Amino acid sequence: MDWQLIADSFWPLLRGGLTGTIPLALASFAIGLVLALLIALLRLSPNRVLSWVGRAYVSLIRGTPLLVQLFVIFYGMPSIGIRLDPWPGAIIVFSMNVGGYAAEIVRAAILSVPKGQWEAGWTVGMSPARSLRRIILPQAARVSVPPLSNTFISLVKDTSLASLVLVTEMFRKAEEIATFSSEFMTIYMEAALIYWMFCTVLSAGQDALEKRLDRYVAH
Amino acid sequence: MSPTDRIAVPPPGPRSGTLLTARGIQKSFGANHVLRGVDLEVRRGEVVALIGPSGSGKTTVLRSLNGLETPDAGLLDLDGGPVVDFGAQAAAVGTRSWAGRRAGARLAKLNRAALRDRSAMVFQHHNLFPHRTVLENVIEGPTQVQQIPRETAIGEAEGLLARVGLADKRDAYPHELSGGQQQRVGIVRALALQPDLLLFDEPTSALDPELVGEVLTVMKELADEGWTMVVVTHELQFARQVATEVLFLDGGVVVERGAPAQIFSNPAEERTRRFLDRILHPLD
Repeated sequence: MDWQLIADSFWPLLRGGLTGTIPLALASFAIGLVLALLIALLRLSPNRVLSWVGRAYVSLIRGTPLLVQLFVIFYGMPSIGIRLDPWPGAIIVFSMNVGGYAAEIVRAAILSVPKGQWEAGWTVGMSPARSLRRIILPQAARVSVPPLSNTFISLVKDTSLASLVLVTEMFRKAEEIATFSSEFMTIYMEAALIYWMFCTVLSAGQDALEKRLDRYVAH
Repeated sequence: MSPTDRIAVPPPGPRSGTLLTARGIQKSFGANHVLRGVDLEVRRGEVVALIGPSGSGKTTVLRSLNGLETPDAGLLDLDGGPVVDFGAQAAAVGTRSWAGRRAGARLAKLNRAALRDRSAMVFQHHNLFPHRTVLENVIEGPTQVQQIPRETAIGEAEGLLARVGLADKRDAYPHELSGGQQQRVGIVRALALQPDLLLFDEPTSALDPELVGEVLTVMKELADEGWTMVVVTHELQFARQVATEVLFLDGGVVVERGAPAQIFSNPAEERTRRFLDRILHPLD
């Protein structure tokens, strides 16, 4: 094993993760969550057309591979005159993807809050929108942390697909170094290790967040 | 009783006269005709108790009074507010034209809010907000909806909590309280809204028997202080002692109504007699 290569490549790879993988995942997740809430609300709407739109979106996102979604945006869209830079394009694709998956989580979490909470909000004078914001969503958040953490951790790893559309994130760096040095096994294993590190830290963060949100629940 | 002994003073306004009149309230859930024309009159400062077997419609009547249920027909007149005609409203919501339906929906929304803003409700399962402390539960309505300054609302909430013996629980979360304490917070949350009408939906049915007393005591004090209350209850003893009028419902109609002494000692209707017998002498 070429220890010198590992030492030399570690920092470039980690930097690729810190300046590529993590920001890409964070931005996409933040936007994706907002999208997920909107789609969940569409699906929960009593209006049949709105509910159908939400359902169709989720079906489309979940029913097509992420890689195909990326290629449609990057290599398909230019043919109809829409050209996106790698970074904004990747963020759009990833957040739309997260939006589809997380919408189902958010919807289930909202439905898990007892109906009596909506009624209590109503009787103290709140509009449904205010009840949602102040009463329902904080309780739904607690329920949705574990499944949303899952989505986020998947997303961190899925960002490696962005290397195929020329975003310089960690895996793209790894490919460059591997091609240059021809040490494919070493470099790809090293990259895998760093992904694993990231995800371990995120899992710890999930535990901490769950503990924090559990403080008002009986044990 | 001196003013300082009070739990809370009812909001200013007339102290007598009719507060609420309901006429011919009807409601169906699908094929289930739950209310078949219920009349109800509540005078200021009085306590109306709704009793009856489960499924009799008493809770639906109560929930119709603050917009949690929307009746299909009937009139509701809350003194000083608009007379809500549920039949007309249902017809408007059901019109064919899009504009008509929108107008109907807007009317329904206004009507619900008009009813809701005059009343407050205490639920069977307290429905406190679990992610907020006792104090935050109480000031949520005043600060978020009624735009009362936070400091004022906190002062009033602390006063109310002290009156029901929960001053030291202000920063506790609901799950840290006993059932009776939770329900007393539920009552305080309702009082903090300064409603004209207090609605109680079986407030002691979900409690352990030894905790029922502390909640009924608070309710009795509120009745003595002149709050107007409508109470759905299985506590016949409480209804007998505290209510000004008792309504016995069965099958979606008011079978019998009258002063508690008359209803409990000398019911006119056979159905009332049988119901009371079943509750008071379950082993016979």
